[in-house]
Amino acid sequence: MTPEINKRLSQIELNVQYLLDIKEGAEWGNLGDLMEKVRRLKEEIYDRPEESIEADLAAMEETVSFLEDRAEKSLTPDEIVRIVRNPQRITLQNILENVYDSYTELGGMEDCNIDPSMVVAKATISRRVKGHVYVHQVMVIGHEKGHGEEYRNGGCTRPWGNEKALRYMEVAETEGIPIHFYVFTPGAFPIEDYPGAAQQIARNLYALAKLRVPIVSLISEGGSGGAEAVGMSDIRLMLSHGYYSVISPEGAAAIEGKIKEGEKVPKDLLTFCAEQLSITAQDNLPLKTIDRIVQEPVLGARRDDFAFLRQLRYEMIRATDEVVLKTKSFRTFRAYAIKQEKAAERNYEFDIYIRWELTEGEEERLLRLRSLKYRKMGQGFYNESVTWPDKVFKKTEDAVLKSYYGLRYGLIRHHHKQVKKVIEEVSGEGSVFLRKISSPLISAYDFIANSAAKKQLRIMAASSTASGAEEVTEDWGDTYVSPLANEDRTVSCPNARKYGCLDLWVPDLYGEFCGVCQNCGHHFPLEYQWYLQNLFDRGSIHEFNGHIGSINAIGYQGFENKIRRDVIKTGRTSAMITFHARVEGISLIVAMLFNDFRNGTVGAAEGDKFVRACEKARIMRRPFLAYIHATGGIRIQEGTVGVVQMPKCTMAVREYIDSGGLYIVVYDNNSYAGPVASFLGCSPYQFAIRSSKIGFAGPRVIRETTGEDIPPDYHSAQKALARGHVQGIWDRREFRYNLYKCLLTMGGSNLYYR
Amino acid sequence: MSELDLDQLLIHYREDPYEDFVVETPNTGWVRFMADDGMKVEGPRGTWQHIPGTLLYVLERERNRIPIHAHINGTISELQVDLNGQFVEANTHLMSIRHPMTKDEVINKILKQVLITFNAPERAKYFFPPEITYKLEKKKHGTVLVRPGEEILIMSLMKRDTPLIYNGEPGIIHTVYFQPNITLNQGEPLLGICPPGKLNYIRKIVQKIQNEWA
Repeated sequence: MTPEINKRLSQIELNVQYLLDIKEGAEWGNLGDLMEKVRRLKEEIYDRPEESIEADLAAMEETVSFLEDRAEKSLTPDEIVRIVRNPQRITLQNILENVYDSYTELGGMEDCNIDPSMVVAKATISRRVKGHVYVHQVMVIGHEKGHGEEYRNGGCTRPWGNEKALRYMEVAETEGIPIHFYVFTPGAFPIEDYPGAAQQIARNLYALAKLRVPIVSLISEGGSGGAEAVGMSDIRLMLSHGYYSVISPEGAAAIEGKIKEGEKVPKDLLTFCAEQLSITAQDNLPLKTIDRIVQEPVLGARRDDFAFLRQLRYEMIRATDEVVLKTKSFRTFRAYAIKQEKAAERNYEFDIYIRWELTEGEEERLLRLRSLKYRKMGQGFYNESVTWPDKVFKKTEDAVLKSYYGLRYGLIRHHHKQVKKVIEEVSGEGSVFLRKISSPLISAYDFIANSAAKKQLRIMAASSTASGAEEVTEDWGDTYVSPLANEDRTVSCPNARKYGCLDLWVPDLYGEFCGVCQNCGHHFPLEYQWYLQNLFDRGSIHEFNGHIGSINAIGYQGFENKIRRDVIKTGRTSAMITFHARVEGISLIVAMLFNDFRNGTVGAAEGDKFVRACEKARIMRRPFLAYIHATGGIRIQEGTVGVVQMPKCTMAVREYIDSGGLYIVVYDNNSYAGPVASFLGCSPYQFAIRSSKIGFAGPRVIRETTGEDIPPDYHSAQKALARGHVQGIWDRREFRYNLYKCLLTMGGSNLYYR
Repeated sequence: MSELDLDQLLIHYREDPYEDFVVETPNTGWVRFMADDGMKVEGPRGTWQHIPGTLLYVLERERNRIPIHAHINGTISELQVDLNGQFVEANTHLMSIRHPMTKDEVINKILKQVLITFNAPERAKYFFPPEITYKLEKKKHGTVLVRPGEEILIMSLMKRDTPLIYNGEPGIIHTVYFQPNITLNQGEPLLGICPPGKLNYIRKIVQKIQNEWA
């Protein structure tokens, strides 16, 4: 018996097993019988004549090929999920070995690694142009699922793995070499060990927004936030048999079906959710969350698909060329040549060589294009009902505001600052000179008039008025009382057993006590209107972009009704309110996510409103406050349109901060997942209201993912403070004063822009 | 305690290996029982005891329904059925939980009666001085002798170390109730000290319970 026959038989067995895994059962295509035949043939292989075996093998190969084609034609999203998670699927290791000429892993190797689920390698990739070989250096960063190695953690990266990725992104920036990201993750490992999964992803996104090198990413398994940590790029490619999703289909099914912890999700529900989430490459392309699909062989690329790996090498070079060329001033012919190239026809060879190094001007253009790319993402997936006069008025208003504030804070203030600086310098010099002459005279005068004591008294008086005394005596007229107070009953503090807190009478609790236990200080949740009424100066709130509303962006079944219900309940059309406001006379722009509308989840409408608020704060040179009454994360019913709000909003925040703005985030109640892991978590000044909970994933997700229970205070504000996520915990009753103080302290003389 | 008393105690525990915990109302209110007489109940569970035990009753005052859960496992007894749906005062006896004692609980109960306990004088962390640590490491368990006037522990509070001098009758350190680096409240037991003459007898008792208790 020749080894060739053995090899063919093993291959058939592997292929049948692969089909069995995808179809999750032996009934489809009589796979069970086929597998039985393979096993029987394996047993009889030495007892039967070679010709007979050959004939059986040929028949089996034909059957398998036919079944593969049939399965490919009717692939469902949940089958695609199974393809992606199959141990035979290509991994980053296969790509490093076959797409790149050589590579050196950085930050550890295999299990001796900071985080084996995140692989970073400095690699070289070459192309042949007219007989000449050109070699490029690239930084390869991606998730490694491994082929069954336990220590790879299935590609779920821990915070320090993402930190390693960030460190080497910065190395790539220093060296001026492009980055190739490979996204092979079902999601980030949801632990809050320093600095916390959410914080690290937010830091990565913040850095990636302005990383001055070309970035290309390839998505095979894009599991929400974990994917975004190394997914923000100038070109996003996606494998034709990959998935990119806001949540795993299992997670969505558990939420949708209200499945209790530990119970199995019904298969039908899982299939339904996988279909509804728009997770496949074909779903994502029209949503514009990816740029291009890389076609894989039938039923997806497996680890020994060398032809595909050759194609992938071509695609990665071509994508990097495209990014680089877009930054060049002279590019028309070369860009056209790249566009016309057809990989297979050209046998994966290139006609032109493009140098990947960028000049300073090209880097600026690269960043501008990246910013534009993300600004456009998710646009059109919300309802913006404006009439044409409104549109004209808005455009005019924007132009006037831009010119006015540009003049006031840009030109005049800049010159005013310069003049002031010169005057200070001159007067400083002059005062030293004058002091020399005048000090004997002043001493003599002080001695006679005893003016020094009076002077000191004046200073003390000044400092006492600056300490917030004015706020206490301010006349507030009629005060807002929470409607929760209109109930004649008592409630118990959750800490009653621990601290012996007495029962609280509801009208007192939600009225005079502002929802705070008088004994232990526990904060009971209050409605967002309470903050609108009590946090800002009276009559200072002016909402804008209120006309932007959430819609059923990806056609999730039954979602329209849920939105309609929340619109009726809240009288609002999205979970975000953006407005101008004042605190103790300081003007600021506020973006507020509130709980009553879809649990404060972020979708396309909320994301765009946030970005517009950021832009307004930038134009008007105002401090920007994100007050998070509550957020449940990214809205799962908006699929990847929701996920891309993470990089999109982070980009807006980065541009706002870089241009000189002051960005403050305050968390209240429960703040979890995507928003915390992106545009909220990237703020340098984050605070929490007492008794709030902040984190990446909720306790159930952590238990189900890590298999370990978490302490009850795992997501508490104190824990967030201890690991440096937030910079302080504020009492609700002192929120206004603390915010005012914070604006003065963090803003200082740069309150209205540096 | 004489040897006869100990035997009596053992017989008593063997005959009735339960401890009764009285369940009383924490405040006034209307009572609605959620458990029946003879029902088995569980105490708090989970690594941090964060999963509440079985719901025993609901106490309602001023439309505030307070669920009361079992704080220990056992069987409900002496349920005051007549109080169901009634308004009761604070500290009213509603039921008892007959808790089956484990082997360790019985040993601890007996040891606490026999041994001289050395309690924490203040809320602090406690450590053994190096000499005692050395002796405890080198010598066999239950052979380190302490005499009055000897430094027995170090009390550490806010990085300030204060030596604690033993002034009870001479004895052997039999049981260590604390763990280093963990803050203990005032009055919590730190050490169980056994008079040298009783050591063998105590060992015998412990051994007996270990072997015979189901």
